Amino acid sequence: MFTINNDRSKFPELDDAGNALIDLTSHKYLKLWQGPQHPGVTGNMSLELTVTGDEIVESKTHVGYLHRGFEKLMERRTFIQCFPTCIRLCVAEPDPNEYLLSSCVEELAGIEVPETAQWLRMLALEMARLQVLLRQVPGQAGTFALGLGYQWGNYIRDLILDRFEELTGGRVYHMYILPGGVRGLLPNGFKNRLEENLKLVDEFLPNVWDLIYTNSVFKKRAKGLAVIPKEWIDQYGIYGPAARAAGIMRDVRKTHPYLFYSEIDFEPFTTDESDVFARSLVRWHDLKMTVDIIRQILAKMPEKGDIKAPTPNVMHWKIPKGETYVKCESSRGEYGMYLVTDGSDKPRRVNLKGPSYTHATSVLEKLLVNANIADTAAIMVSLATCPPEIER
Amino acid sequence: MKKDFDKDALSDMYKDKFLAPENEIRFVNAPDGSIIEVNPLDDYFCQERPKELKPRKGVVEKFLNWARAESLWVLGFGTGCGSIEIPPLSTPRFDMYRFGVQMRATPRQSNVFIISGYLSVKTLKRAIRSYEQMPSPKYIIALGSCTINGGMYWDSYNTINRLDHYLPVDVYIAGCMPRPEALLAGFGKLKELIKEGKAEKANEYIQNLDWYKANQKKIIKDWNMPDYNW
Amino acid sequence: MKQLVEIIQNHFPINDIDLRKKSLAFISIHQNQAIPLLEWLKTTHGYTAFVLLTAVDWIEENRFQLTYLISNPENFTELGVRVFIDREKAEMVSAHHLWKSIWVYQRELKEMFGINFPDSPRVNESFILEGWDTIPPYRRDFDTKQYSEETYFPRPGRSTNDPAKHMKSKLYPKD
Repeated sequence: MFTINNDRSKFPELDDAGNALIDLTSHKYLKLWQGPQHPGVTGNMSLELTVTGDEIVESKTHVGYLHRGFEKLMERRTFIQCFPTCIRLCVAEPDPNEYLLSSCVEELAGIEVPETAQWLRMLALEMARLQVLLRQVPGQAGTFALGLGYQWGNYIRDLILDRFEELTGGRVYHMYILPGGVRGLLPNGFKNRLEENLKLVDEFLPNVWDLIYTNSVFKKRAKGLAVIPKEWIDQYGIYGPAARAAGIMRDVRKTHPYLFYSEIDFEPFTTDESDVFARSLVRWHDLKMTVDIIRQILAKMPEKGDIKAPTPNVMHWKIPKGETYVKCESSRGEYGMYLVTDGSDKPRRVNLKGPSYTHATSVLEKLLVNANIADTAAIMVSLATCPPEIER
Repeated sequence: MKKDFDKDALSDMYKDKFLAPENEIRFVNAPDGSIIEVNPLDDYFCQERPKELKPRKGVVEKFLNWARAESLWVLGFGTGCGSIEIPPLSTPRFDMYRFGVQMRATPRQSNVFIISGYLSVKTLKRAIRSYEQMPSPKYIIALGSCTINGGMYWDSYNTINRLDHYLPVDVYIAGCMPRPEALLAGFGKLKELIKEGKAEKANEYIQNLDWYKANQKKIIKDWNMPDYNW
Repeated sequence: MKQLVEIIQNHFPINDIDLRKKSLAFISIHQNQAIPLLEWLKTTHGYTAFVLLTAVDWIEENRFQLTYLISNPENFTELGVRVFIDREKAEMVSAHHLWKSIWVYQRELKEMFGINFPDSPRVNESFILEGWDTIPPYRRDFDTKQYSEETYFPRPGRSTNDPAKHMKSKLYPKD
């Protein structure tokens, strides 16, 4: 079984700083580039692997293939113009971006969000989490060439996207959450149609369990692969499902309850194994929990009410000088935004911090050492890397 | 059609650009003690200029075009956010396989390149390389408004504005982001063009290779590959 | 947060205190004291998790603001430590010995803002951009629109309207 920091006698010597001393002209090592094409459900990112045989001795992450300069672009846009730009940061799960920017703006401008709007925000965020997990849970098996679950998951995800279209008008990019509230109430009959889709997810859960977690190939390959020790969690900055798989409770919804998460009854799943299998298992339980949370939200949320607090004219809305950091729980872990304003109608500086920033760079580089080439994609997907978060 | 531009001025500016250190001639010690000379430009690449794929005459070309139109193999290189709509295409709901469209892993096996959204300069370099490695006949579908005029990122310092200045585009699909149905319609349009014998952009690229290369070298600062990758 | 800030005040000269929320506060400290403060907070007050490091360009005051945001996983609080450095001589002591993830931020800042962190691992390798040869793009004096128009080929036909004037001419054409 593979463990971290095991015998390195046949591998390159380390210098004092812990870097491998690799002599490429010795014919023992080979440089191999993986990417920037997608290996599975991750984005464009490339890994510079140094291999001996089929074992990796050193890896370096190269990002920047999706860099658009969001933080610069938002500095020259007014606050309301920032929204359509900001949400395009992460295509898989755009809603946390909307939520973070609007709650940063609300906090600095001192706006209270109406209760109904807060429940609707929660619904949108949880539906976004649901559609991501429907890709991610079977996607983990896809990295071991088990593609069937991916087809099932994508089909149900499509139905959830239909509900998004009904609620917001957009299939992938929603722009539903705006400063002060949300853009609309639930359409007629929305709850019933969403409930029908949730029933499909209920059926999907045991099926995907049978398909993946009882599959001997998946078990053999995923168990014991890329173990993250507990001490790394704070030292490296590991969030969300990856931290919960290591037995440490990291869920912003529990630790810093935002919106009305304190009124929802849920208990995130934790386990101690901390390997690829455990992280995948945590995601499966997350999927189950998300369905439950959506049902609770639908039952508890008020039917009608004010959905938008009055805001000044957004064309020339100036926000007082200040800075803040707001975070929420995305499907990958803690997702935060740091906003600095200088009293003008444009933000001074926006900085987005996603869990991939540490997961895909320092953590991935460390985990890949001593792994096999064939397991690279599995390790990447188990950390849920999303390169746009790194380079923005 | 041939594009006019001041060739000398541009080629002087970007003359030595592809001689990166890794492309210089070097000597390697083989395990048996002999010394081998490695010239990457000759050994790894073909330096010859590409040739056009001339259409055949009459019914043969029609038959070939029909065959080409019915098996579009797409390179699985999602370059931007548009790639999120490609997995739904392969699921039963949209089912691109019924149109003869399927995803392939390497450029050598595919003949359609979907540029699915914005291209940063760093990706553009890889996209050009992948495109040139694809065998002819080949087609490009440009997805999303960012490939048309820059879209959301029209003022960004790292994304290109017009794809047609760097790679030849057969079909544009507008939208941000285009729905899977729009993608299927785009494939339908591409099929029509191929069957009519109008999807000749790959030949246009070869005719205007100098113009395209000048544009590409203008923005790709560390050009470390030969002019045409085979 | 208030108690913690009072404790820090007894040990370190801090100013500009901003108690933003119940779980978040910002403080400013001199450049030389910042890294010792972070180390002290990490070892004695449980601020073991590092959240982010970023820079803000205050070009009018000719200085950069570096924000180190650290968090305490025990009592769920966050503290932002602001450090102001000179814009002309943009250099800061590296903190990569404190947290294993911090070198990535420093590498990004070096590339995007041109703030140097001597001794930080791989700080001179390019991270996001490839072959960038003008001023670092996140500095305020870099004009992204102008650069884009000069470098890439803007498609003709894009027109810009001032929203206020446009709406006025649409809604009240007679005025």
